[in-house]
Amino acid sequence: MAEEQGIAGEDLLQLDRSAGDFHYDVKYAYDAGVGLSEETVDYICDAKNDPTWLRDFRKRALEIFLREPLPTHWASEQLAEIDFSQIRYYLAHGQRAGRSWDEVPEEVKRTFERLGVPEQERKFLAGVEAQFDSEAAYSNMKEALRAQGVIFVGSTEGLHKHPELFRKWFGKVIPPGDNKFAALNSAVFSGGSFIYVPPGVKVSHPLQAYFRINAESFGQFERTLIIADEGSEVTYMEGCTAPRFDTATLHSAVVELVALPGAKIQYITVQNWSPNVFNLVTKRGMAMENAEVRWIDCNIGSRLTMKYPAVILRGRKARGEVLSIALANSGQHQDTGAKMIHLADETTSNIIAKSISIGEGRSSYRGMVRIPNHLKGCKNNTECDALLINTSSRTDTYPAITLRGNRSAVQHEASVSKISAEQIFYMRQRGLPESEAMSLSVNGFVNDLVREFPMEYSVELKRLIDLEMEGSVG
Amino acid sequence: MSLQICDLHARIADREILRGISLEIRLGQTHAIMGPNGSGKSTLAKVISGHPDYEVTQGSVLLDGVPLLEREPDERARMGVFLAFQYPCEIPGVSIANFLRAAAQARLPEGESLSVTDFYQKLYREMDALGMQRNFSSRPLNAGFSGGEKKRAEILQMAMLRPRYGILDETDSGLDIDALKVVANGVNRLRGPEVGFLIITHYQRLLDYITPDFVHVMVEGRIVQSGGPELALELERHGYGSLEERYGSSKLSPLAETGTQG
Ligand SMILES: Nc1ncnc2c1ncn2[C@@H]1O[C@H](COP(=O)(O)OP(=O)(O)OP(=O)(O)O)[C@@H](O)[C@H]1O
Ligand SMILES: [Mg+2]
Repeated sequence: MAEEQGIAGEDLLQLDRSAGDFHYDVKYAYDAGVGLSEETVDYICDAKNDPTWLRDFRKRALEIFLREPLPTHWASEQLAEIDFSQIRYYLAHGQRAGRSWDEVPEEVKRTFERLGVPEQERKFLAGVEAQFDSEAAYSNMKEALRAQGVIFVGSTEGLHKHPELFRKWFGKVIPPGDNKFAALNSAVFSGGSFIYVPPGVKVSHPLQAYFRINAESFGQFERTLIIADEGSEVTYMEGCTAPRFDTATLHSAVVELVALPGAKIQYITVQNWSPNVFNLVTKRGMAMENAEVRWIDCNIGSRLTMKYPAVILRGRKARGEVLSIALANSGQHQDTGAKMIHLADETTSNIIAKSISIGEGRSSYRGMVRIPNHLKGCKNNTECDALLINTSSRTDTYPAITLRGNRSAVQHEASVSKISAEQIFYMRQRGLPESEAMSLSVNGFVNDLVREFPMEYSVELKRLIDLEMEGSVG
Repeated sequence: MSLQICDLHARIADREILRGISLEIRLGQTHAIMGPNGSGKSTLAKVISGHPDYEVTQGSVLLDGVPLLEREPDERARMGVFLAFQYPCEIPGVSIANFLRAAAQARLPEGESLSVTDFYQKLYREMDALGMQRNFSSRPLNAGFSGGEKKRAEILQMAMLRPRYGILDETDSGLDIDALKVVANGVNRLRGPEVGFLIITHYQRLLDYITPDFVHVMVEGRIVQSGGPELALELERHGYGSLEERYGSSKLSPLAETGTQG
């Protein structure tokens, strides 16, 4: 349903209740139509004025996508419900992102204002990119960072203006053949960020991207590449929302991180997808000597999320970390996890995954830790904790730890706890409404992990959990 | 002003447990309920506070004249009903302090927020009075608490939430003699013209410290005898034997039904 009313001050408050569930009718200047074929890819290449090498890259990726079967043999059967011929692969207003909010088309600006993006930008961000369907509508960064040589632009601008940097790493951490959805993204990607941080530069405030799906039956395929040069540091945060439609919406991103020697990248996701979104994302970072890649991943909402952030520990003493929270409410399946591939001595990795399943909700953890025989002094710690709220929820853990030889150490702990009807009654007897009792338990369960998050994000996460719990009580 | 229970019948899993309870607890009064195991004392406490497993088949409960039984458990709590559970459950990950803050906040009108400094002042005052270490408030509620610590935590919650009607279900069980005094003291500090208490216990020793105004004996879902504090002393001497003989029917006794030994 189109939402025509203007934004009054008080409307913003109401928004907090309905989260991202609203959309405006928008006229698109570019529309690749419904379905996926070589023509779709050509349309996108033409619209974006892609160089030839990229057109070839996209077409090879399309072939892989069409050839590869859906991984339903190990993943959810629900994947078969996605009708790839009914999806719109490219919808855009224009090709250039505004550098100030005044340059952003009115209805797009309204959307981001409702989501509080400009306000957050003023308060604590070093730069913001706001993507609306296929393209960024706004992209800006603090002048001081530009002066230090930091690059923070959309993927298209990145590949046109900084081809030498872009091509060196693009598709190298996650090649198109990695999996069917990485291939799909490689074929039709648009939007996402390109970031380069020069040697020694420490970006103190986070750079933020906001991915907004507005259109129905749409697929969003952003592509992000972050390169942190030697000894530099950067934190990137992404937020995502979409309105609730009856038809399936697809979000299939690819994120590649490159932390050169001594660099640190922290990538934070707080997604709050509506329950019709299939969220199939490939995220992987490469950490060179002494570098650190840290994924903080909070998955709330969606119909099916499949996401296993990975770190390839390529240089000596590299560190990788995945801290993840997944919340599966009724009708949702969070299939999440982490991968740590140790390729050098004295590399360390840490995985803490917490999942919450409510009602009919289902969450699975899939882990992969690989430490080959010839390496020494490597360490991995894996902790997966599941919280089940009411008995029909289910949770599965599929940890796969491959440790060959005895010169490295791994530690694995898993726990399942339950919030029973008796516990909910106890809390209600003290005056807490059911939804609050559940929120409190969930927050208590994730608390020690959330302490690791930047302040602004822990507040946001708590708010999303409260909203989700309100929605789960009939 | 009173908590008025009128001809209350309730069942669980098709078994009638409460079979016509009538009892009025006025503000300022303290009532004690005693009775053999399985007679329905905890059931009464849970039915008053709205436990979803029980079905009320007959009767009513009025809180200061307002019908209680159609209200949600959390509404009843906010109206002033507090139950100190016989078996308090563990709430993992939620500290005593955070839990009580949320409960106190839930009692404020929409839009008003709790003063954190006032809250902690009050919390520490009550903890001191109950002989609890302050850092105890950061432990997850009831998780890994000893039996005595759980009971103390129940009284702490009651002291913080200041109910109009407090129901204590065997809060004395499992307490050593010093803890018993501390807990009794905690209850006595709350007694006054604005609060009514219903104290479920098996032992006279609690009533040595909290002198009730009335004592009732429950047998098989009914109150079969009521009196003053002297009734408890009498029961202590003679047990429930004669009362059970008189009021219990073996046909209705759950123990007889299953053939297990109490
Ligand atoms: N879920 C249930 N299904 C069947 N019977 C139940 C259930 N829950 C409780 N009962 C029965 O209800 C009866 C009353 O139990 P209740 O806990 O109220 O007794 P009580 O007087 O508090 O006993 P105690 O002094 O041992 O605490 C018992 O016979 C008990 O077995
Ligand atoms: Mg009992």
